[in-house]
Amino acid sequence: MSEYIAHEHDVLIIGAGGAGLRAAIEVSAAGGKVAVISKSLLGKAHTVMAEGGVAAAMGNVDDRDSWRVHFADTMRGGQYLSNWRMAEVHAKEAPARVRELEAWGALFDRTSDGRILQRNFGGHRYPRLAHVGDRTGLEMIRTLQDHGIHLGLDVFMEHTVVTLLKDGERIAGAFGYDRERGRFHLFRAKAVVLATGGIGRAYKITSNSWEYTGDGHSLAYHAGAALMDMEFVQFHPTGMIWPPSVRGILVTEGVRGEGGVLRNRNGERFMFKDIPPLYANQTADTEEEGWRYTQGDKNAKRPPELLTRDHVARCIRHEVREGRGSPHGGVFLDIAWIKERLPHAAEYIKKKLPSMYHQFKQLADIDITQEPMEVGPTTHYMMGGVKVDADSQMSDVAGLFAAGECAAGLHGANRLGGNSLSDLLVFGKRAGEYATAYAKENSLGAVNTDELESAEKWALQPFERKGSDNPYAVQHTLQDVMQERVGIVRQEQEMLQALERIRELKAASDRVSVDGNREYNAGWHTALDLHSLLTVSEIVTRAALERKESRGAHFRDDFPAKDEQYGGCNVVVRKGAGGEMHLTREPIPPMRDDLQQIVQEMK
Amino acid sequence: MVLDAVHQIQAEQAGDLAVRWNCKAGKCGSCSAEINGMPKLMCMTRLNTLPLERPVTVEPMKAFPHMRDLVTDVSWNYGLKKRIPKFQPRQPDASDGTWRIAQEDVERVQEFRKCIECFLCQDVCHVLRDHHMHEQFIGPRFLVYAAALEMHPLDVGDRVESLRKDFGIGLCNITKCCTKVCPENITITDNAIVPLKERVVDRFFDPLSNLFRVFSNSKT
Repeated sequence: MSEYIAHEHDVLIIGAGGAGLRAAIEVSAAGGKVAVISKSLLGKAHTVMAEGGVAAAMGNVDDRDSWRVHFADTMRGGQYLSNWRMAEVHAKEAPARVRELEAWGALFDRTSDGRILQRNFGGHRYPRLAHVGDRTGLEMIRTLQDHGIHLGLDVFMEHTVVTLLKDGERIAGAFGYDRERGRFHLFRAKAVVLATGGIGRAYKITSNSWEYTGDGHSLAYHAGAALMDMEFVQFHPTGMIWPPSVRGILVTEGVRGEGGVLRNRNGERFMFKDIPPLYANQTADTEEEGWRYTQGDKNAKRPPELLTRDHVARCIRHEVREGRGSPHGGVFLDIAWIKERLPHAAEYIKKKLPSMYHQFKQLADIDITQEPMEVGPTTHYMMGGVKVDADSQMSDVAGLFAAGECAAGLHGANRLGGNSLSDLLVFGKRAGEYATAYAKENSLGAVNTDELESAEKWALQPFERKGSDNPYAVQHTLQDVMQERVGIVRQEQEMLQALERIRELKAASDRVSVDGNREYNAGWHTALDLHSLLTVSEIVTRAALERKESRGAHFRDDFPAKDEQYGGCNVVVRKGAGGEMHLTREPIPPMRDDLQQIVQEMK
Repeated sequence: MVLDAVHQIQAEQAGDLAVRWNCKAGKCGSCSAEINGMPKLMCMTRLNTLPLERPVTVEPMKAFPHMRDLVTDVSWNYGLKKRIPKFQPRQPDASDGTWRIAQEDVERVQEFRKCIECFLCQDVCHVLRDHHMHEQFIGPRFLVYAAALEMHPLDVGDRVESLRKDFGIGLCNITKCCTKVCPENITITDNAIVPLKERVVDRFFDPLSNLFRVFSNSKT
């Protein structure tokens, strides 16, 4: 007989980052009873790490900007694989979502006439990112958190969901445990919103914390929802690489936005050597022009350092492979050089990039106002995720919604910087709104107690085994496999080997044993997370095998060019009737004429 | 970093070791602990800054109930925040519902808004740590939070009376221990607490006699 604590809500939100909190606020505002499950403490989610800003075409700095330009930039960045309706909704609604944050207490940097200041960022045609120095994510999550706590949300901190529950074809709730005591909890709800973020922990070098094990992706997949675009993993071009303990930690794109340049060991600005045709007429012709762009010259084109992340990451990898890298296997990112151009450069850098200054000074003993940083690509963001309806964010499973990083559609083959914070707000709100509507029309689904019992039994197995496999070791091995074989540059043989290794690691994960008891036992939590990590790793690998071309963040050594037969479709993954992974290529519906016209105009 | 050492112990020797962490970059405030007796973030404390000829001690924060290993129950902090009256903006300045704010006014409160809620300041505060006055006093973190609201350029709320009556601002005797341990280098005492004390004084006390009190307390 299973023992658990039962809770009932209208809407259950799994995840307490930007998307989860924004959804919860929406449910609460509409009068719904809402629970938020947070794997960590409240306010510690990865949103806190976002530095550059939130993209919204407010046109405060350059009035040529509009939702149309933002839409076209997002579609181009996503290599036209994005769900165009989501890209449209996102571009139209982002400005209102940002202004709403201000009404809730967020303070953004200002223009000289007192409006919200916007900065340049990779792939965005005009200065578009509302920001607060380089700690925009902290400002955002704190604003949502502080606003939300006064709305009567039930927050379950340090709880983890192990399975979703269904009543026939619709969602009925979730089952999980609390970290503190290891007790099980049944969360019954009329609607469930997944807002669990990414999958970064599947890779060795990542900017993501321990939480990002693809829980939402895996929960949705096992509940029968379709996942899409899972081959598209974004490697942020600039992560710290030295010393080893900080490897993977993000260095904001804002450094390049403020004039920072990339150089190889010969001091060459190698980004000028490889400019993709899609961006050729938007990229600076000279170093001089690139500098003017970063200083707000509206007639200058952007420097090649601000090309899309996928491209910059591959160029860095190329320099390192060709033996032109920095001493620790990266390249140099130099912002100190601007002292040649600006009188008080050191103060300027400290003011514009305070967290970066602090981060390098404390973690690496480097003064970025005086010397260059060493950087290299780091696993950063998952474009793929739960396939959702563009307007409501509902998945294929009735009553199951997804928003933010764990949902797919907005970013297509590659996400633009700044579009994730706006994604969280726009689609977090929508998921909350539509989940509330669903909850109003439906009653609580029935829960099968046998299912709870088997979930509990499964979760407790690691304590009963006396095997020798260590959960940390299995996780580390998987991270090595994914990093080496399903990383920035991929090819068929290596990915087939990865699948074989994942199969072995699955078997190993069924043998892992843990010491101690159920109270705050990190080994046990790691053992349970392996299930999600292995599920998403296999999905990423299979989707990457399926797409036999190179596009956006997905680069195949054996198919280095784009192939039009893949250009019009998304790779969709579903769990088959016999538990096997079922992949299909699904054609993208033709774009509405008016949107098509915008894309043509902005080419 | 100390956190890497803790992780290595966890992976190789004590699989069930309880520790909180997230960002590893001093931005989330999860991995607070007392390292060789000093309240610090484990992810930002380099081992080579510590004397390694003797064992390094890593202990949980002492001002909160112990849960397990390095993890403490910090839920009291989350409950406190709900008691502080929330942000109340003035009417929008423009017809489109937006406000006009000068950059200087944004910068004035930026310092307080940098707080990562690591609660090290709460941990080191004598009023909480030694005198256990958790009922009467909200601690440095929430005085900074109240200051961020009180000095917010758009806020029209009034928390001055609550600061005195409900939040115990008078219990702070300005020893500045909180300021010393803040990993975000927020000048907690001078920039947040003292100005709030002044507001309380201006409203409730005779200014001259209180000036005397501030000076006599600052010696302790």
